[in-house]
Amino acid sequence: MQKGEKILKPKKKIKGGARLPHLKHTAEMESVYLENIDQVIIPMQQHIGAPCNPLVKKGDKVFVGTLIGDCDAKVSAPIHSSVSGEVSQVKTITLSNGNECQAVIINSDGQMTPDPELSAMEVTNAEDLRKAARNCGLVGLGGAGFPTHVKLTLSDDKPIDTLIINGAECEPYITADYRECIESFEDILEGVYLIKNALNVENVIIGVEDNKPKAIKLLYDIASHKNDTENHVRLMKLPSSYPQGAEKVLIYSATGRKLPAGKLPADVGCIVMNITSVAVLKRYIKTGMPLVNKRLTVDGNAVEKPGNYIVPVGTPINKVLEAAGAEDFEKIILGGPMMGQAIYNTEAPITKQNNAILAFKGIKALTKPTTDCIRCGRCMKACPIRLSPRKVETALEFGAGAEELSILNTMHCIECGSCSFSCPAGRQLTASMRLAKNVIRKAGAK
Amino acid sequence: MQKLNVLSSPHISHNDTTGGIMLDVILALLPATICSFFFYGFRAIVLVAATVASAVASEYLWCQATKKASSLKDLSAVVTGLLLALNLPPDLPVWMAVLGGAIAIVIIKQMFGGLGHNFANPAMTARIVLMISFPTAMTTFTVPFTDTVSSATPLAELSSGTPDLIQLFLGYHAGCMGETSAALLLVGGVYLIIRRVITPTIPLSFILSAGIFAAILGVHPVATILTGGIMLGSIYMATDYATSPPTFLGQIIFGVGCGIITVIIRVFGNLPEGVSFGILIMNILTPQITKLTSPKPFSLEGKK
Repeated sequence: MQKGEKILKPKKKIKGGARLPHLKHTAEMESVYLENIDQVIIPMQQHIGAPCNPLVKKGDKVFVGTLIGDCDAKVSAPIHSSVSGEVSQVKTITLSNGNECQAVIINSDGQMTPDPELSAMEVTNAEDLRKAARNCGLVGLGGAGFPTHVKLTLSDDKPIDTLIINGAECEPYITADYRECIESFEDILEGVYLIKNALNVENVIIGVEDNKPKAIKLLYDIASHKNDTENHVRLMKLPSSYPQGAEKVLIYSATGRKLPAGKLPADVGCIVMNITSVAVLKRYIKTGMPLVNKRLTVDGNAVEKPGNYIVPVGTPINKVLEAAGAEDFEKIILGGPMMGQAIYNTEAPITKQNNAILAFKGIKALTKPTTDCIRCGRCMKACPIRLSPRKVETALEFGAGAEELSILNTMHCIECGSCSFSCPAGRQLTASMRLAKNVIRKAGAK
Repeated sequence: MQKLNVLSSPHISHNDTTGGIMLDVILALLPATICSFFFYGFRAIVLVAATVASAVASEYLWCQATKKASSLKDLSAVVTGLLLALNLPPDLPVWMAVLGGAIAIVIIKQMFGGLGHNFANPAMTARIVLMISFPTAMTTFTVPFTDTVSSATPLAELSSGTPDLIQLFLGYHAGCMGETSAALLLVGGVYLIIRRVITPTIPLSFILSAGIFAAILGVHPVATILTGGIMLGSIYMATDYATSPPTFLGQIIFGVGCGIITVIIRVFGNLPEGVSFGILIMNILTPQITKLTSPKPFSLEGKK
């Protein structure tokens, strides 16, 4: 971007979506480091793909950044210790989503000593970048947790011309990416140029929603001083409409290209990276410190001290809630209120993909009671993918099989939650879509 | 360990509820209802009370008889009763009105599965049933503020001359209770649009197509849309969620269909009014229209 260059407007706007309250109460609160965590539980599965095998055993000494889990599978991401101390146990635990996996439990010595073997690295080409992303243990920090080094593995038959940096953060409450922009905008921009140069991508578009004018201005000011006369890296002001940060919606806004169901962004010439992922990668290359802590937005009406907390990966959720003064909560959501997960076990640890903990009590902990569908059509209008969620729900109720559900294009659903949000009858349409997708997946697996 | 609420996402939802939407419709109908009280006095109050009570009681009894959870809270029975009352002539015997309310709820709504499952608008279909059963009582209209029985509504006069348009707009003419004041019905319609309960698509395409088609057939277009049930029907009954298509294109087809059928019946038929049948016929076509106009998913648009 050069001086005086305009901030881009979205190429296309999606139909549908939901008008959500923004509720970004924590936007102007500086991040706080959560210290004195005496024990961390680090699961060996914090990504999409194969779980890691623990590389340490009881009694081993570890430092911050020491590799403790890895796997040879193509789709997987290594895992590092987030504290210094001694491994107390390696055992099977239940994750917040109910799945079981192995975890390394480490008692902290309170020193947070970095691993002496960590060192900065030089990145000059795509192979270096992939290695860096892998060694960093980086996964998609927007929530999906797809290993970044896999995403950065390009193939010759799918040329990439656009790198899209996702700073939309369209979920209510969450301000973690916004704080990353405000607190480490230089890391973000340096990371962006680094990735762009290593992958030799022609265009970079950094997309930020227009409800974050301060972040846009900061990034703009720095970017326009880079004196990039060719205008390879540009900023795009996205409309604050949910689900703007969803991959399909973002790619459409930034490039006008439509990502078909079941395809990857590379199929339409794009790579999409979360804005915090870029900063983390840059910091890894600069210091050698892998992904060992996460910034979490802690908010909700049961939280006394809302804010952004930077916590070591593996910190038990209840420790974070305690630090934020959450009391008498009746509902805990890991992630945002639209796509996050209501958890039943607050002893489960924070993982790499988590970006928010919301604690609610009273009426906010409840959901609208479900009544009869009045066929108002609001779910259809709200669907950014233009599906008919109620049709799928009815089909499920009548026991439709995989084939009938596929005809309704169920697999196109991105589970953004807009249909359920808009339903005046409080129907659990998104849940029905998930069920229907599972019916189809199971039939396909046979 | 503390018990936590767990449910599939999303965890927040829009403030609108079914009951809230129905309440908005009731509020939107209030000006026209009060106007009918003003025009026709006590008998109008009795008639509205009778249909609403009959509709609500039928709903309650049906839920009791079929052991369903009571659906009175969603206020849809009140809306049906109120709409039916506004579709009746002010001097209709009360027992007919009560019968109408019961027909609307039991036969047209609940027997097809209840709220959201009926294929035709309950209030309007009940009106059709009453019209066919009691043709004389259903077509005896009085002039506002009087007990004078008008031999003909302005609708019947349309072919003979041009009625006073201002009077038609304000409602000072003979007709069904809620049909008379186009101005107040419009006020309610604007309220519903502002509250996002309805979109203007169906009312506008209905009213415009009726006006244009009337003009083509040589009938006064403005008088056409101000008389009879076009305002009431297009704003409050054709927009019924369960019986109209949800898609934009579908709503245009639906509205235009209603408008054209209404005018055809008015001009060529021997029925006094065509709005009810216009909407009923389009109600029946709604599933087909919806199917034809359903959107294609995002990434398949423009592809076969």
